Amino acid sequence: MLYDVVIIGAGVSGSAIARELSRYKLQICVLEKEEDVCCGTTKANSAIVHAGFDAETGSMMAKLNVRGSQMMDQIASDLDVPFRRNGALVVCTDPDEVDGLQKLYDRGIANGLPADSMEILNREEVLALEPNLSENVVGAFYAKTSGIVCPFLLNIAMAENANVNGVDFFFNTEVEHIEEDTLPSSGEKIWRIRTCNGDYKARYIINAAGVYADVFHNMVSAKKIHITPRRGAYCLLDRAAGNYVSHTVFSLPGKMGKGVLVTPTIHGNLLIGPNAQDIENREGTNTTAEGLQEIIEKAGRNVRNLPMYQVITSFAGLRAHEDGHDFIIGEVEDAPRFIDCAGIESPGLSSSPAIGEYVAKMMAEKLHLTPKENWNGKRKGILRPSELSMEERNALIREKPAYGRIICRCESITEGEILDAIHRPLGARSLDGVKRRTRAGMGRCQAGFCSPRTMEILHRELGIPYEKITKSGGDSKLVTGRTKEHFGEEA
Amino acid sequence: MEANTMQAYDIVIVGGGPAGLAAAISARKSGTERILILERDGELGGILNQCIHNGFGLHTFKEELTGPEYADRFIEQVYALHIEYKLDTMVMDISEDKVVTAMNRTDGMFQIQAGAVILAMGCRERPRGALNIPGYRPAGIYSAGTAQRLVNIEGYMPGREVVILGSGDIGLIMARRMTLEGAQVKVVAELMPYSGGLKRNIVQCLDDFGIPLKLSHTVVDIEGKERVKAVTIAQVGKDRKPIPGTEERYTCDTLLLSTGLIPENELSGKCGIRLNPVTKGPFVNESMETNIPGVFACGNVLHVHDLVDYVSEEAGRAGEAAAKYVQNGCCEAEDTREPISLVATDGARYTVPSVIHPDRMEDLLTVRFRVGAVYKQAYVSVYFDEERVMHQKKKIMAPGEMEQIILQKKKLLEKPDLRTITIRIEED
Repeated sequence: MLYDVVIIGAGVSGSAIARELSRYKLQICVLEKEEDVCCGTTKANSAIVHAGFDAETGSMMAKLNVRGSQMMDQIASDLDVPFRRNGALVVCTDPDEVDGLQKLYDRGIANGLPADSMEILNREEVLALEPNLSENVVGAFYAKTSGIVCPFLLNIAMAENANVNGVDFFFNTEVEHIEEDTLPSSGEKIWRIRTCNGDYKARYIINAAGVYADVFHNMVSAKKIHITPRRGAYCLLDRAAGNYVSHTVFSLPGKMGKGVLVTPTIHGNLLIGPNAQDIENREGTNTTAEGLQEIIEKAGRNVRNLPMYQVITSFAGLRAHEDGHDFIIGEVEDAPRFIDCAGIESPGLSSSPAIGEYVAKMMAEKLHLTPKENWNGKRKGILRPSELSMEERNALIREKPAYGRIICRCESITEGEILDAIHRPLGARSLDGVKRRTRAGMGRCQAGFCSPRTMEILHRELGIPYEKITKSGGDSKLVTGRTKEHFGEEA
Repeated sequence: MEANTMQAYDIVIVGGGPAGLAAAISARKSGTERILILERDGELGGILNQCIHNGFGLHTFKEELTGPEYADRFIEQVYALHIEYKLDTMVMDISEDKVVTAMNRTDGMFQIQAGAVILAMGCRERPRGALNIPGYRPAGIYSAGTAQRLVNIEGYMPGREVVILGSGDIGLIMARRMTLEGAQVKVVAELMPYSGGLKRNIVQCLDDFGIPLKLSHTVVDIEGKERVKAVTIAQVGKDRKPIPGTEERYTCDTLLLSTGLIPENELSGKCGIRLNPVTKGPFVNESMETNIPGVFACGNVLHVHDLVDYVSEEAGRAGEAAAKYVQNGCCEAEDTREPISLVATDGARYTVPSVIHPDRMEDLLTVRFRVGAVYKQAYVSVYFDEERVMHQKKKIMAPGEMEQIILQKKKLLEKPDLRTITIRIEED
């Protein structure tokens, strides 16, 4: 089959583009090397919708961040994704650097942010807003429109909605090679994409491959780009610490990024991180003792007495840092019909709705696309019984008793929610897939109690043998076999 | 059921494990009629159901039982005494005025007005994340209890080549279980210079199988993006930080964690029960009553126990006290004197209970505590205010094993001005 558009990567950029393009009469598919959407860069980041004052004025980053933030309320509402504008404070603790706050304000204005969405606060004002900030705070830049979002659900919702509107998704499908080809019938130039699951043909390729985007770009272009995986570690704290700060607390930015932040998450935990370490390994999402130490120490400079005994997990993510430090979005000069969406590092999540919009507009103009009449941009998320009244909840349980059985104690997630996560479009097929969609296993016991039960549900609903149930696809199998099977094999 | 009709019970017991069962039985035997046990799992017995090894009940029944057998002794009594229970039922909330909100598939979400509440929710395992162990986050990292459930209940092997971090009892038991099931347990690393488990488990589960226990060691790296491929452990110094150059790498597919148990007090915290930062369980008085009158706690939700026999004994007291509370109401008004505070210090980490009303106590009261380090030939000393009234030599005391003293009511009544009883560990 010849696709009009093949998108490489089912992260938040690829999924946002897929959703926006699904408005038009096009045959589109997304190729993803992992078993699910949201498995790369989108999976592990600060989960912030940045206000847009940070990126350099005139850059793609600035433009798309500001636009993405503007779009986020509507998209979160259309797609039923948790999002809240909690405001951000860029904290200054050094009297010599206080000028930096004004620079942020000025850049915010230059980037097109409304003047009344920003404020420079003195010490008293900022401590009144955030009493747990460091004694050393001398002032802060307050960006009122900064927000927090669930990156998993934003990505998942965009992909689901694209899927419902006709976009095919192929998982466990790693692109190995891309070459130009010609359709024998018409002589039309197309792309032939070789994957571990066979060949795909496309008129257009959109390269949204995160830390691998340079690999694919460089397959088709003589003008090379270079992406460095820039690793950042995080610690996630228990909900009990979720109110320790109510705003997202940044340090004044340095050249390696926005520094270590402390923020509540949309689900009520507290998140600290990231550091920034350039590495070689594009799969190098391991944490290191030094990295964790660094973020704990740096977070402690802005926020005092952080309750680090409340940590429930730590993790690391990779930013796709391109040498030019800007988003590279557009048709590749010497490779027509190959569209890059590369170098999508922070503020990539914030910009994602705008990235989708920008690429779709570009394609629409180029190809004179006609919109579908029956496009539906709304998506209903997984029902959250905890938000219902007791009467509503009981009506639900009478109809679907699975909503009366708690599977994840820590987050109070019911079997009904897990069934929904499995059976909806692009449903979960692994423990992590269930976790990212429902939060089952994301609480303080970190899936100690619920993983055997979730495994049982995956086994029952999808007919996957226990031995083949994975944490997150591939070789991440959870059990090695039945008991007693191991005997006699080593003799 | 109708949402507006609130049922009423004299005593609602949250949890049908060893603590909840013993509390229910004792409350019934003390004369309470309407008792309801709410159990989140599919059967009564709690964690004992997956503890298929023996060694339970030596104190209570003077014989060696497996976990399910020990539980069964109590479950049979619950049946015989016609105590009501609901399975697969999760308690969602307990209010300060003892309205218990729970949910299951058949009843939906419902509320019960309880005369008294007994907390018996047990504990959970500390996860990898809480330890900030660096490395990847692949499949194959399990808390020991989760692995125990997979092996003993579900019948699946979590892995074939195993490294264990932490020498808590479940970890030790699982070292033996995994070995018996044909896996190779390569090493047990323990951060502290002593084990967190019972001595008998170290002998029977590690020594007997030639599994090395490395004290003062921790995991410093986990390899494997998808499934665990190797684990590196290193020796730690007095500051518990890894010592560079002492790393040892073990190829394995599984890392089990047995690094501590945490009482599950999320429900308690929400309804305003004061928690002891040392035990992470409620502060209770001699009647196992929390700071909210009529709300009692027992078992591992109160403090993590070494032996289930002590859980049963303690829970029995909670059940009896709850029954008394239901019959007589709050006894505060009848107290003729100020309560006595129990203080643990100088090596003693905490006491349960932490306060005593001498009027309300039985003739003898067992006070349980744990020590914070290994002590050899040291003394357990008890002070009534400044006066030392007990000085008992112990051959060995270790953090993994609970200690106890017994207080006599008549001794306390003799001292009407007594305000503080202090337990300390003394070298001489």
